[in-house]
Amino acid sequence: MALLEVRDLHVAYGKIEAVKGISFEVEQGQVVTLIGTNGAGKTTTLRTISGLLRPAAGRIMFDGKTIQNTPAHQIVSMGLAHSPEGRHIFPRMTIEENLLLGAYLRKDAAGIAEDVSNAYSMFPILGERRSQAAGTLSGGEQQMLAMARALMCRPRLLMLDEPSMGLSPIMMKQIMDTITQLKSSGTTILLVEQNAQAALSLADQGHVLEVGRIALSGRGADLLHDEQVRKTYLGEE
Amino acid sequence: MADKVPEWGSASQPRQPDTLSAQPQRNAAVSPALAKALIGLGALATIASTFLAWTWTTSFPGDLSVTGYPGGNQVITLVVGVLLLVALGTAYGLPGLRWLAPRGHVRLLRGLALAGAVSTWYILLAVAIELNGIANWVTGSWVALTATALPVAGAFLLADDRHEAARPPAALPRWAQTVIILAAIISAMFIADYGITTSFTEEFIGFALAVGLAAWGLNSSGVLARLTELNARNRVATSAAAFAAALLFVFLQTSDQYNTIADDILIFATVALGLNIVVGLAGLLDLGYVAFLGVGAYSAALVSGAASSRFAHTALPFWAQILIGVGVSIIAGVIIGAPTLRLRGDYLAIVTLGFGEIFRIVVNNLNGVSGPSLTNGPEGVYGVPDLSLFGYDFGKPHVLFGVTFGKFGNYYLLLLVAMAIVVFIYARVNESRLGRAWVAIREDETAAEAMGIHGYRFKLLAFALGASLAGFAGTINAHLLNTVTPDQYMFSASSPPNSAFLLAAVVLGGMGTISGPLLGASLLYLVPAKFEFFQNKQLLLFGLALILMMRFRPEGLVPNKRRQLEFHEEEVAEAEAHAVAEADASEAEAVA
Repeated sequence: MALLEVRDLHVAYGKIEAVKGISFEVEQGQVVTLIGTNGAGKTTTLRTISGLLRPAAGRIMFDGKTIQNTPAHQIVSMGLAHSPEGRHIFPRMTIEENLLLGAYLRKDAAGIAEDVSNAYSMFPILGERRSQAAGTLSGGEQQMLAMARALMCRPRLLMLDEPSMGLSPIMMKQIMDTITQLKSSGTTILLVEQNAQAALSLADQGHVLEVGRIALSGRGADLLHDEQVRKTYLGEE
Repeated sequence: MADKVPEWGSASQPRQPDTLSAQPQRNAAVSPALAKALIGLGALATIASTFLAWTWTTSFPGDLSVTGYPGGNQVITLVVGVLLLVALGTAYGLPGLRWLAPRGHVRLLRGLALAGAVSTWYILLAVAIELNGIANWVTGSWVALTATALPVAGAFLLADDRHEAARPPAALPRWAQTVIILAAIISAMFIADYGITTSFTEEFIGFALAVGLAAWGLNSSGVLARLTELNARNRVATSAAAFAAALLFVFLQTSDQYNTIADDILIFATVALGLNIVVGLAGLLDLGYVAFLGVGAYSAALVSGAASSRFAHTALPFWAQILIGVGVSIIAGVIIGAPTLRLRGDYLAIVTLGFGEIFRIVVNNLNGVSGPSLTNGPEGVYGVPDLSLFGYDFGKPHVLFGVTFGKFGNYYLLLLVAMAIVVFIYARVNESRLGRAWVAIREDETAAEAMGIHGYRFKLLAFALGASLAGFAGTINAHLLNTVTPDQYMFSASSPPNSAFLLAAVVLGGMGTISGPLLGASLLYLVPAKFEFFQNKQLLLFGLALILMMRFRPEGLVPNKRRQLEFHEEEVAEAEAHAVAEADASEAEAVA
């Protein structure tokens, strides 16, 4: 059984349907990516899975339980972490406070302290600036913080929404390397990206979204070499 | 916790130059030595002048006609003169005194010199105007006028030496920190006491001018920031010292007239602190908060056995009244909060504003004519008996430790305990998981939800806790005033507590801090009460003061670190980036 199973999901903002019946699965230990242009419904899908939006129809199963009507805070406690688009760090709190809030639902002080130091060894820059206000970090560092914070609840599935958005090429590479690293340590990831090249080259499974529907699905490497994908998303003639 | 606070002078902090005199003297027209001499001479002459008469007649309030010892406003001038001498010590770099001016001594000197001069000149001017002419000045007046002008001239001749705060050479020993905190709080208490007990308007204005200018000097010399830091690092000692000082006040100040004012300030400040949980911590704008004070007061009054109460024969003990008052307030809070807290933004402000007025109008109408008989309408519930706890009747004078406590002195003690309870709750909540959740919701509700924080539930909790604290204060207030009427609980009135003033106390004092609302409430109570001659222009001046405040110090008098960041994000970010760069540079040096 897949860890996350999305069946015929419809999501609407008022009368406008942003997601028009998509279905996919994320297996334990996999990295699955949703790619597509602006307005394809990628972010809407993630926000619906994490409970910030309610679906108009369809079904979301996490670990065998139906969660489409579960409140957001309970979904987090089930082990589904969401690093939202635009990072949404707490700018006036210190880096350490941000990380501790990521572990808000946990009560094991020792485990939390261990995970904080893990986060610092994964992202040394965060450790150096632990008592600095998060809003003073650069965009790439803020993205690192957002990812580190999402990992603080020891998620069984990590959902990353556009982690490379607005970053310099060097930062983008660093973020993608981190995701590869997380993948090799066995973290299950659902990745939403506009940078199709980077996302597909590290994903086990990829889905191409077009105006609310899945247009194409396949193994990451296969999609990367698919002519249609190359033309539309990778800008090749 | 302790390891997060950088120790003074620890290696991780970039060292600032300790020597203040190392700053180059720019654009100094005269030599600094001369300017300092001018200040010293002026300060001594100022002190001397307070022992002379400033006018020949006793008809000016405060009796300035005595030669030999200071009277009336001369006391203020004397104190400022002495402080000026101490501050001059920092300018000469006397050991120990440099601690007082981490960001430069010139602003300190300027502030104190201005404080002395402006308040003295004001008084002399008032003498001349009220007694018709400077003929009423005597030799002492001229001496005072000249003497207080000298330090101003000297201080402004010195080049401004404002710089980054110097780090103290080493952390002070624990006992020294405690002594400094105690001294600072007791001085603050004496200053507040002086302000409360000023008996005529000229005296208060002279006092306010001196305190305001001196505070400006102390603030820009960095000593206030240093005291704040000390307080933050010795939270328990500070709270204990503040409590002790507040207790001391009532032992020194036995006049019931002034204790009434002090009682009102305590009620006002306690309720403002409760509102600070809602506004400052959880970020919910509540414009009808005073209604919860009213709910508590009415609940307690109705079951207190007051003859005018609907339940005149129900005289419950005080603890039961508190339980009922708090309980009813919580219910009211949940009724208002439950439907509205699901919304974000300004809706809550509008609904709470409405609720505040609805409460007042409803209790006005529940008189048996326009509505069911419950609250006795506009007449309210009167004749609420004084409290009697453990056989201690709060309405009668008692002698404790040789000091006589009248009714208001008795209530002062009770209110002090009530305030301590609210401070304790606030502090505990602020540092708890609950407090962190509130701050997260205030900063970014979406992100907080993504962290697993149930926004709605926590907001409702903040609302209910705030309501319960106001209700608690209300139960005492009913007994203190002996009367509960609808018009005590308005959105805005010319005297506190009302919702507008409560919110202003929180914002003016500093959202999200403990001392901020207490300071804000004291100022907002005291200043209008002392400026009675403005009469109906009070609110106008109040509005003007708020606008100026929002323009020049939006984070409040006592800024919360996080809020300061909000308003000065760029400066703080720059300073931090600077510190990091410096640390990097010194590291690179060390490697090389």
